[in-house]
Amino acid sequence: MTVHTLSVLTENKPGVLARVAGLFSRRGFNIESLAVGPTEHPDISRMTIVVAVEELPLEQVTKQLNKLVNVIKIVELEMPQSVQRELLMVKVRADATVRTQVLETAALFRAKVVDVSPEALIIEATGTADKLEALLRMLEPYGIREMAQSGMVAIGRGARSITAASR
Amino acid sequence: MTSATSRQVPVPKPPTGTAPLPRPKPGPPAGTPVKVTGAQSLVRSLEAVGAEVVFGIPGGCILPAYDPLMDSTKVRHILVRHEQGAGHAAQGYAQATGKVGVCMATSGPGATNLVTPIADAYMDSVPIVAITGQVPRASIGTDAFQEADICGITMPITKHNVLVQSPEEIPSAIAEAFHIAATGRPGPVLVDIPKDCLTAETTFSWPPELRLPGYKPASRPHGKQVREAAKLISKAKRPVLYVGGGVLKARASEELRELAELTGIPVVTTLTARGAFPDSHRQHLGMPGMHGSVSAVGAMQRSDLLIALGARFDDRVTGQLDSFAPDATVVHADIDPAEISKNRKADVPIVGDCKQVIRELIDAVKAEHEDGHRADLSGWWVQCDSWKNTFPLGYDEPDDGMLSPQYVISRIGELVGPEAIYTSGVGQHQMWAAQFIQYERPGSWFNSAGLGTMGFAVPAAMGAKVGDPDRQVWAIDGDGCFQMTNQELATCAVEGIPVKIAVINNGNLGMVRQWQTLFYNQRYSNTDLGTHRFIPDFKLLGEALGCVAIRVTSPDEVDAAIKQAMEINDRPVVIDFIVGKDAQVWPMVAAGTGNHEIMHAREVRPLFDEDE
Repeated sequence: MTVHTLSVLTENKPGVLARVAGLFSRRGFNIESLAVGPTEHPDISRMTIVVAVEELPLEQVTKQLNKLVNVIKIVELEMPQSVQRELLMVKVRADATVRTQVLETAALFRAKVVDVSPEALIIEATGTADKLEALLRMLEPYGIREMAQSGMVAIGRGARSITAASR
Repeated sequence: MTSATSRQVPVPKPPTGTAPLPRPKPGPPAGTPVKVTGAQSLVRSLEAVGAEVVFGIPGGCILPAYDPLMDSTKVRHILVRHEQGAGHAAQGYAQATGKVGVCMATSGPGATNLVTPIADAYMDSVPIVAITGQVPRASIGTDAFQEADICGITMPITKHNVLVQSPEEIPSAIAEAFHIAATGRPGPVLVDIPKDCLTAETTFSWPPELRLPGYKPASRPHGKQVREAAKLISKAKRPVLYVGGGVLKARASEELRELAELTGIPVVTTLTARGAFPDSHRQHLGMPGMHGSVSAVGAMQRSDLLIALGARFDDRVTGQLDSFAPDATVVHADIDPAEISKNRKADVPIVGDCKQVIRELIDAVKAEHEDGHRADLSGWWVQCDSWKNTFPLGYDEPDDGMLSPQYVISRIGELVGPEAIYTSGVGQHQMWAAQFIQYERPGSWFNSAGLGTMGFAVPAAMGAKVGDPDRQVWAIDGDGCFQMTNQELATCAVEGIPVKIAVINNGNLGMVRQWQTLFYNQRYSNTDLGTHRFIPDFKLLGEALGCVAIRVTSPDEVDAAIKQAMEINDRPVVIDFIVGKDAQVWPMVAAGTGNHEIMHAREVRPLFDEDE
């Protein structure tokens, strides 16, 4: 099993996410993460889908996705040639006695504090899955009250655009 | 020019029991936008796209569409008795004509009753468009009366579907649906239209703009791959042409014949491809698969090169996949790239329409021949012929003195001939009809192969007869299947669609019973239907449905009944053939076993693995 990141350009129409998600479950493919959002073209959406599959099933995933009429283009983004990020917001227990230490940890990871209360901090961090996992490991001893994490978004490095020729 | 809006022109409808209306060809569609209702826009769109027949049933949410439909001189609506019948009829019509079949239903239960034929069309790649009414936009999501999320329900079983969001979208939704259904790998498309979009004022203009940026059906096959395939063909010692339904969809039977004769390679035709290559051709080894001929199954199993054309390595063909054709290199040509290497890894993948692929293969093979590369297949033919001669298709006369179902089906094939269209349900009678009728031409055999839908035969025959009224259309049905959809015989009687139904009545769910005999110690759990006790009495039932009905119980009555049915053309005919319940379908590859374990008859194994 290997992990693959697919950028899927779709028409921005109702039900497209359901079609894509339904296809994965129906064909028995596992979605590790899925993020969807707009692109610079208002009628095109972009999904970043992370799947863990063998090589041959990956071919099936992309071929089956390509059969969906609303799917315009699929590009696999490989690691050194692309930038891949997730967003994490984590509410950490941080009273006056440990607040400085928590802030230092956040600073080490170039994370931002976005909310403060006497008992807790909310820290916002972006990065690869590894980095966010490391941050969480460091914060865990203080007590994680709550967290919310996005799916991965990714974009290829360099000047080339995968959306340019898709309209 | 379209008549949808004009209520002044009275349109003659056929009186009951007469021949169908002559089907007028669609005229040039209107250019400039006209003010119409959404319903009129729908009917005009159907006219403009060339739909001539719609099978359907009106109801609450689709009701507005039925008003302008009444005035259309171009679109004939056939009122069926159950929406499932409308869907299968659209499939039969599509396969008989090569055009897109159309069915229509109301929201909720009307739409959900279309689910089975839609799934069937999806599995067998039949181009149909299903048009469903939906509750008004403002009510969607409120669990309104007769509301069902039919787009959600049919998402995994349609090639595409769409919920129309505004009346302006109707022409483009219909044009896109027909385009998607018919092009590339054909399939079902559903268009769901909220009632208020049908009643609202809108404008109609044709042709609408098609906006399908993500829809790119396969283009030309890759020349390098074709040449690679031709090289393999010119070298292979034990090649087989594995022909699937895609060859029929591509209308490539003539090309197939040319390729087969050019190369001398044995041909097998799958359940969906029967008729793609003449059964009488000496290179034809029969049907492969679970109930295929020993020669077809054996040739594939021992082959060193499988040339798969529009076939999809279905589990019913391959048996246990990891022991299937272990020595074969695979050339796989299909219009759907997702079929290639889905089940069996292709060594030479070719994406393209079979007609184009085979044409290019012919040229490439000729070039190989000119270079002196040509395999000697005489040894392979000795082997194939020996299988053919040692293990021909056949059957034993039943011990109980009852009529033999295989005999009945053989006689139908012989008397009715290859120019007719045959449909079937699913089960023993389907396999016998695939085995014992000689198919000589494309478009002569329609059945439910992938989904295996019992009850397919009668409505599919109805649709086929509407599409090709000059041909005899025979439904070979079982007593179980017949009880699922025989209500459409009322439609046939009322609309003047004289189909023939041969019910192979063995009193049981025969195929299930066969498995119970073989694998469940003859414990016949819930397979006796009571039809041998005449519940129901198919003769009375046929008559009640407006048909001529005949009962046949002995071999000497068979021919006379078939001939009588052939002469009746003013109404449908039902023949109730009372046959023995113990006849079995052979050969057989038991589920979960490999094709090398094929049984020619019970306890008779050709032993492919041991004669190496």
